[in-house]
Amino acid sequence: MLLRELSEAFGVSGCEDEVRGVISEAIRGRVDEVRVDSIGNLIALKRGTGESALKVMVAAHTDEVGLMITHIEEESGAIRFRPVGGIDDRILLSKLVLIGKERVPGVIGAKPIHLIKEEERKQVVRVDQMAIDIGAKSKEEAEKVIKIGDYAVFATEFCPLTDDGLRTVKGKAFDDRAGCAVLIEVLKERYPFDLYAVFTVQEEVGLRGARVAAYAIEPDVAFALEGTICDDMPKKKDVSPTTKIGAGPAITIMDRSFIADRGLVKLLVETAEELGIPYQFKQPGIGGTDSGAIHLVKEGVPSATVAVPCRYIHSPVCLLSLEDLENTARLMKAALGRLVTRRFVDS
Amino acid sequence: MKELIKKLVETYGPSGREEQIREVLKAEIEGLADEVRVDTMGNLIALKRGSGEGLKVMLAAHMDEIGIIVTHVDDKGFLRFAPVGGVRPLGLLGGRVVFANGTVGTIGLEKREPEDENKIPNLDKLYLDVGAKDRESVPVGVGDIACFQRPLADRGDRLMAKGFDDRIGCAVLIQVMRDLEAWPHDVYFVFSVQEEVGLRGAVTSAYGIQPDLGISVDVTGTGDTPEARTMAVSLGEGPAVKVKDGGMLAHPAVKNLLVETAEGLGIPYQLEVLERGTTDAMAIQVSREGVPAGCLSIPCRYVHTPSEMVDHHDVLNAVKLLVAVLSKPIDLG
Repeated sequence: MLLRELSEAFGVSGCEDEVRGVISEAIRGRVDEVRVDSIGNLIALKRGTGESALKVMVAAHTDEVGLMITHIEEESGAIRFRPVGGIDDRILLSKLVLIGKERVPGVIGAKPIHLIKEEERKQVVRVDQMAIDIGAKSKEEAEKVIKIGDYAVFATEFCPLTDDGLRTVKGKAFDDRAGCAVLIEVLKERYPFDLYAVFTVQEEVGLRGARVAAYAIEPDVAFALEGTICDDMPKKKDVSPTTKIGAGPAITIMDRSFIADRGLVKLLVETAEELGIPYQFKQPGIGGTDSGAIHLVKEGVPSATVAVPCRYIHSPVCLLSLEDLENTARLMKAALGRLVTRRFVDS
Repeated sequence: MKELIKKLVETYGPSGREEQIREVLKAEIEGLADEVRVDTMGNLIALKRGSGEGLKVMLAAHMDEIGIIVTHVDDKGFLRFAPVGGVRPLGLLGGRVVFANGTVGTIGLEKREPEDENKIPNLDKLYLDVGAKDRESVPVGVGDIACFQRPLADRGDRLMAKGFDDRIGCAVLIQVMRDLEAWPHDVYFVFSVQEEVGLRGAVTSAYGIQPDLGISVDVTGTGDTPEARTMAVSLGEGPAVKVKDGGMLAHPAVKNLLVETAEGLGIPYQLEVLERGTTDAMAIQVSREGVPAGCLSIPCRYVHTPSEMVDHHDVLNAVKLLVAVLSKPIDLG
């Protein structure tokens, strides 16, 4: 399964080549041109039928949040690290990680409960107090397999959880390998316009890949495909779940990075309703995506974001529903097909 | 000019939902420009061509105002919301807001524990009540945006209203368009969008126009109220020429241009150093290869509340100063 390969690929921001490799293989034969730009974005052009002169960019980011090795202690060989992208310190302790291209296994050590004093239990252990243990005896031994600046990812195996109903799967990095999987599926079809599928880099550290890709492509319209926050566990108050698993693709109206183009939101909603595809609006005001960078490039680009709801993102293990993933791909294919025949931008 | 100001401040137009205010502005500038266009982001751009011997000047005032966006409608018909721009809980409580479709709501507060009663609540403790009986009867939904609803109060010299930030700048731009008689420059009057959420309209419009000089016209805070944060700007002592704010340092030549013009004509002015916040000029300044940029500010009390206050004379003097600046050749050195 392609999603397994994407999820298990090693691709922290700035070190996306393995993911790029998986995607290059997957889109071979489906696109007309492929190039990798200077920052590392994989840009694939799928020529249109010639009916429309529009240039449409669809972006999904290849990078994931992870860790970077910053220091190895002289005496103990303990390996210190810092997060790359947004990671909550509290989810790190006792997790298995894989370091560097050689995937050296290690564990973020946690103090046994026997040794933790009452007041310590109420405190959050900060990332700068943690260390990765690879079982090395000394700094010298650790340095044989690890260097400062090496990246580390969570050691999470992809695995289906339920075979029917929501068809839930678990894995790491669904933010945004889910979007990558959708974009690869979108490339199966030909559209009336030239479609630039951009598998971007460094989204998690500031939408950096998308900015330069959009500058080069100068699209007329853009979409970002995402794996987004899903907080639908039971709550005390009747408030937004951000998105709900199984409720279909989540369309963004406004987040911290941009306000979605209203014409494009209308196109997505109308398409979903006409085809009976479930959809939901993501809770406004939360998060940010590549659209935040793309929509401000040059004289501006009408942009929208569509996402697969993923529980527990930015942690070692996320959950998504394959139903949602497939519905997101269905919606995107159909909406792109209609982009030129419907009036999609308010005049 | 008060009639124009009243019309502009009372129109609906939070960031990202500027259609209504844009139509009002379009109607007001009808016949005043050589070219008018709306760009991809929704900025309204009007060009008044000069004699051809001057610079390409961009004047920017943002048409959007702060607001709130619906994030959730609960079973009982109450709404939760997130801020659009710098909305603060103290300015919201008991206030009324209005949506594009005319739906009016008021902001309520959840019960608080005794120990929290003297603290300012977070936005997630507030909710919006549109008078609905259940979820089904709520006439708006997730993603709909509301702004303050409040009529202008004319106290003679002093005016009170929501949305002076930055409809007062829009009013100044329109009045400058009306008053210009002879000018050498190609002047682009930009009524920008989405300033309150990150100067976004100014980013793309400045890129498109590529001006030689950029001046934004926006509000700034004052230090003339009881126990105010120290700031050497007061209501009624003239428009404020920006030296610095939280996002930019005004180009010295642009600052001097405004100061020298004001002094030459005896127009009262103040110098502005704003500690926090910024304006469209910050985005214009770093567009492409960089643009000499500055800002002329209208002193305004209670910015980002439903009752902002400006002095009418400051507004008139801002118009006078900008008309004078644009009417002569400009040498930025």
